[in-house]
Amino acid sequence: MSKFEFPPSIPSRPVWGTLEARSGKSHLMIADAEGAEAILDVATPEMMANTHIIFISNGTDYADKLRTLNPAQFYEGPSYPASVQRIQRVLSAAHMGLQVYLAGTESLMGQAMNEAVNAGIPHTAIQTEHRGSTARRMQCVHCKGMTENVEMDPFVCSHCGLNLFVRDHYSRRHAAYQGVCIDAEDPGNVPEPKGIYE
Amino acid sequence: MTIQFNDETFRDDYTFRNSDWAIKRFPFPFHEDSYMYSVNMEQHKGGPAGSVYEKRFDVDEHYVSEMRDRAKVLDEDPLRCQSLPHMTLAGWDLLELIMESKSEDYPDLFELHRDGNKWRWINKPLGIDDTFTFLDESTLPYGPMEYITRQAQGDYAVLDQRDDMLWMDAGMITTQADWSLDFDIGMNFFEWHAPVPLAHEKGIFIRALKFLLNVQQGAPARRLNWTMTVNPLLDTSPEHYHKWGIQKTELTAENIGQKQHLRVELQTFFRLPRSNALVFPIRCYLCSFQDLMTMPKWGRRLHRVIRDLPVELATYKGFIDNRPLMIDYLSQFDDGLPTSPGIWPDRETEPPLQK
Amino acid sequence: MSGAEKIAVKVTEITSINDLVTRFRFERVDGGLLPTFSGGAHTVVEMDDDGITRLNPYSLMSDPYDQTSYTISVRRDDEGRGGSLYMHQKVNVGDEMTISYPVNLFSLDLRARKHLFIAGGIGITPFLAQIKQLERFNGHWELHYACRSAALGSYADELTDRHPNEAHVYYDDQSQAIDLANLLDGQPLGTHVYICGPKGMINWVKGTAEDAGWPRDNVHYEEFLAPQPGKPFEVKLAISNKVIQVGENESLLEAIEREGVDAPYLCRGGACGQCETNVIGYDGKFIHRDHWLEDEEHASGQKIMPCVSRFEGKTLVLDR
Repeated sequence: MSKFEFPPSIPSRPVWGTLEARSGKSHLMIADAEGAEAILDVATPEMMANTHIIFISNGTDYADKLRTLNPAQFYEGPSYPASVQRIQRVLSAAHMGLQVYLAGTESLMGQAMNEAVNAGIPHTAIQTEHRGSTARRMQCVHCKGMTENVEMDPFVCSHCGLNLFVRDHYSRRHAAYQGVCIDAEDPGNVPEPKGIYE
Repeated sequence: MTIQFNDETFRDDYTFRNSDWAIKRFPFPFHEDSYMYSVNMEQHKGGPAGSVYEKRFDVDEHYVSEMRDRAKVLDEDPLRCQSLPHMTLAGWDLLELIMESKSEDYPDLFELHRDGNKWRWINKPLGIDDTFTFLDESTLPYGPMEYITRQAQGDYAVLDQRDDMLWMDAGMITTQADWSLDFDIGMNFFEWHAPVPLAHEKGIFIRALKFLLNVQQGAPARRLNWTMTVNPLLDTSPEHYHKWGIQKTELTAENIGQKQHLRVELQTFFRLPRSNALVFPIRCYLCSFQDLMTMPKWGRRLHRVIRDLPVELATYKGFIDNRPLMIDYLSQFDDGLPTSPGIWPDRETEPPLQK
Repeated sequence: MSGAEKIAVKVTEITSINDLVTRFRFERVDGGLLPTFSGGAHTVVEMDDDGITRLNPYSLMSDPYDQTSYTISVRRDDEGRGGSLYMHQKVNVGDEMTISYPVNLFSLDLRARKHLFIAGGIGITPFLAQIKQLERFNGHWELHYACRSAALGSYADELTDRHPNEAHVYYDDQSQAIDLANLLDGQPLGTHVYICGPKGMINWVKGTAEDAGWPRDNVHYEEFLAPQPGKPFEVKLAISNKVIQVGENESLLEAIEREGVDAPYLCRGGACGQCETNVIGYDGKFIHRDHWLEDEEHASGQKIMPCVSRFEGKTLVLDR
């Protein structure tokens, strides 16, 4: 059980899709943790002959299953920051026709999408599928610092320490949702945190 | 007329004041006794003499002090002015539009001398006399958009037009109604308006986008928007909300007339010729409640509008907690008499307050 | 008022480019400077053709930064309704005409790493201005231009002379053709392709790009539809309470304007959406020719684009 139904929201909140095989000369698949399941669902032997998979395991054991797909290139990285240079290198040499597939957490998809967009692929042409954790990558609008893996609302900014509430307003450029001070008009009055989707 | 520029502040001791002239020409945003969103666009082709509609880019008594405030904001946080790399050409378009307009509309204050691409720009109120090469960034102290918008009142959102959509790809945003350029840059029209309640459901943004995509060279458009601000604070940014938010709680029955300000945005839209981008200047005018009440028509109408505004809008505009206080104050200026249609104060024809 | 702002101009030069194409140069009547524009923009030229006002869009082909004059190229269409014939036969140097401010429905995506232009015949004109714009900023571009023969290849020689590495010309009568699949295959990420030419060419490039996995947002095209002649028909305009006749050689939009009813428009070529008009009632069939409305809208019988589309049947009532 790793598919989550996100509640309907405002137009800036990303809507994740379901991966489907598309025609194209080559394929780049980037996934973390349970995102591997989405790749396993969409992979065909024909496609894998021209596919580069970049997988961030985050402690899961999907890597061996992905290897059995026999992709043209396979890389397993310990974390997203450790993999980002490789992603940039692959995109810098790519040609028009490359298909990009992203699967896993919102944080991974958002950041990898940013790299693909910076390389010249419009965000509308990049496929996504959410799997696994629903934790958010949040940007503090006040100090600009990013806090990863936010599951509770409100939460404390890991950089400046302000109490922030979790908005659905999302920036593709930051690959993050916006966090705004919750007690600005009544300092110290911070509601008890609860799960973002509770 | 020659404008007397005020020496005033929009922070800390808040010495901002409107002269009688500024109150009389304040762009009161309500054309009737109630308010709901609409695509209230009209051509931006002048207006009554002396009104804020008359010139393409209005210059008023707050000009010099507003520019000083902007420079302070940028010193503290340069992210308030950003331009994605493909928007430089649009920046030059904007520089040309503002220099041409201001030098033609205010020849006593601004001069533009062009000899091919060698341009000389004189801004007398700010004491600037610069010579530079048009389309050559290396000849200006800042990028073209930043250079000219450090010399022009109001915020500037510069929108790229692609695939039948507008994209917020550059801007100078220091006097905003609580939205962050740094966060919203790169978003499309529907995305950066996402937090606005009710309007999406009413199809307002679909119609507005269709209109804006078709704004053509030589045919600018305009509309008014509004919100509320406690104290004449220009920089109501989300970045600093944790610092200024508390001021909203300092309103009392005694100080509301002086502290509570109606904040009006004169939004204009110009097609930029070389880039085919659209510039969206958002000019902010502030007026205290007590100054507004000097116009009997505005007193009657503001009370009715604020009293009857849907809860969602009062919440979004950030004054739901202060609304009861506002209504108490404003009701003193509403005698129930009918008001004339339109936004103008009609000082000569509207009866004085009957209570 | 409908359409873009107008400019009064004088024809200062008429140059025959080849058997079919003539170039016109316009300068302002008042001697002032024309507005700058962005490559890909068009202007709408007003013609008083024996009582019928024709408003035809033509791509601006001159240097967008040259404000002293605009130039357009007009291809003679002997089968058409007469706009191009009017330009070729009736317009003389010194004539005063009215044109619109530039309007761009085919602008460059300035984020592109590379601009790949594909032109067919007279479709070369918007690219001439875009190339001048890109040259000024050291833009990265490449042109592939197909024309019928060397004799009809407007501006082909001047392009290959000036840009030997970027401009590639293909002549049909020498059995030369663009090797499209190969061309699209090697392009770097961030390339945008622009097509201006006949419908067949546009569909060919769109289809090939899609098969090669190109994102839709990276494929841009402009196809000006000239209104086609057709059988005369009658229309009732409900708001203005008029019954009007649309002649064989005029468009529905032109007929509405002839009757003094102000109707919005911009491109007059079925592309911009400005003249979209609601149908109140009809008995007959629509001949939809625009590429603005969706297929379902065409089928619904509720909307029509009067600039290029027509009607055959008993009654048509419009919300105008």
